[in-house]
Amino acid sequence: MSATWLVVLIVGAFTISFKAAGPVLLAGRQLPARLTSVFELLAPSLLAALVVTQSLGGKGGIVLDARLVGVGAAAVAIWLRAPLILVVVVAALTTALVRLL
Amino acid sequence: MTDKHLEGLRRIAPVTPASASFGIAFGILATTVGMGVLAPIVMSATTFAGSAQFAAASVLDDGGSIAAAVVAAVLLNARYLAISIAIADAFEGSLLRRFFESQLIVDESWAVAQRGGGRIDRRILVVAGLVLYPCWVGATALGVFGGGLLGKPERFGLDAAFPALFLALLVSVVRTRREIAAALAGGAVALALLPFAKPGVPVIAAAAICLVGLWKR
Repeated sequence: MSATWLVVLIVGAFTISFKAAGPVLLAGRQLPARLTSVFELLAPSLLAALVVTQSLGGKGGIVLDARLVGVGAAAVAIWLRAPLILVVVVAALTTALVRLL
Repeated sequence: MTDKHLEGLRRIAPVTPASASFGIAFGILATTVGMGVLAPIVMSATTFAGSAQFAAASVLDDGGSIAAAVVAAVLLNARYLAISIAIADAFEGSLLRRFFESQLIVDESWAVAQRGGGRIDRRILVVAGLVLYPCWVGATALGVFGGGLLGKPERFGLDAAFPALFLALLVSVVRTRREIAAALAGGAVALALLPFAKPGVPVIAAAAICLVGLWKR
């Protein structure tokens, strides 16, 4: 088997099991209260980390580029209570414009 | 179709074009690094997680070993284990149904399904995933079979669409002081680790921040 297929199969198997673990093994079961209070904080901490890694991450760690301006523009749109679609469009358009300059 | 299904469609629509364009980009990258025609499409259909797929392809491109490519991609996807356990109680029905619905968990579908307080709406997640899945796999095929005609997604600023979506959803889920603290801590940990750690590690470390929830309120 080629290296490519090995990687595709192993990564696929891991990812499928990660995603299935909760819904398949624990579905409908009430998690202990202490665990629930841990998971309440998963969304804020994980979403914040995704914002950071996706607006600054790149080859070799931190890359400052036009994305940051786009995300800044998105932040203003969010602050002005723009709908989700507008927030995303503002981010993309601003980033594209900065790259044109 | 219920209101929840429509809401799922409405919420995922804004990022679908960005997702498709990165699917095309993955297809192009995968063929240029010599992954062939079928393997990238199978990877999109099974792994269905953009960042891990890009990571695996670029490690192979850099001449990295199989182990290095697997470790990079698996680390990036380890967050799905935490997410899947956290939202397990939202899933119901037969084993097969729970299995297939669980495969629709991706950052974007999970993010748009947030109801606050750590809970998600399964119907919104499933609808969003059902939109993204064929879009991602189809776009990969498009990229493999000559997506070189289209420009890079970066040219259109589409790489900024994802952090913008996550920021908007972050703002909508953060209400209490504990949630604000978790968001700030998660962001700070990710930022601190980003320059040094392997891809995937900053996000996992930030997710571990929620363990402070073990402390009494």
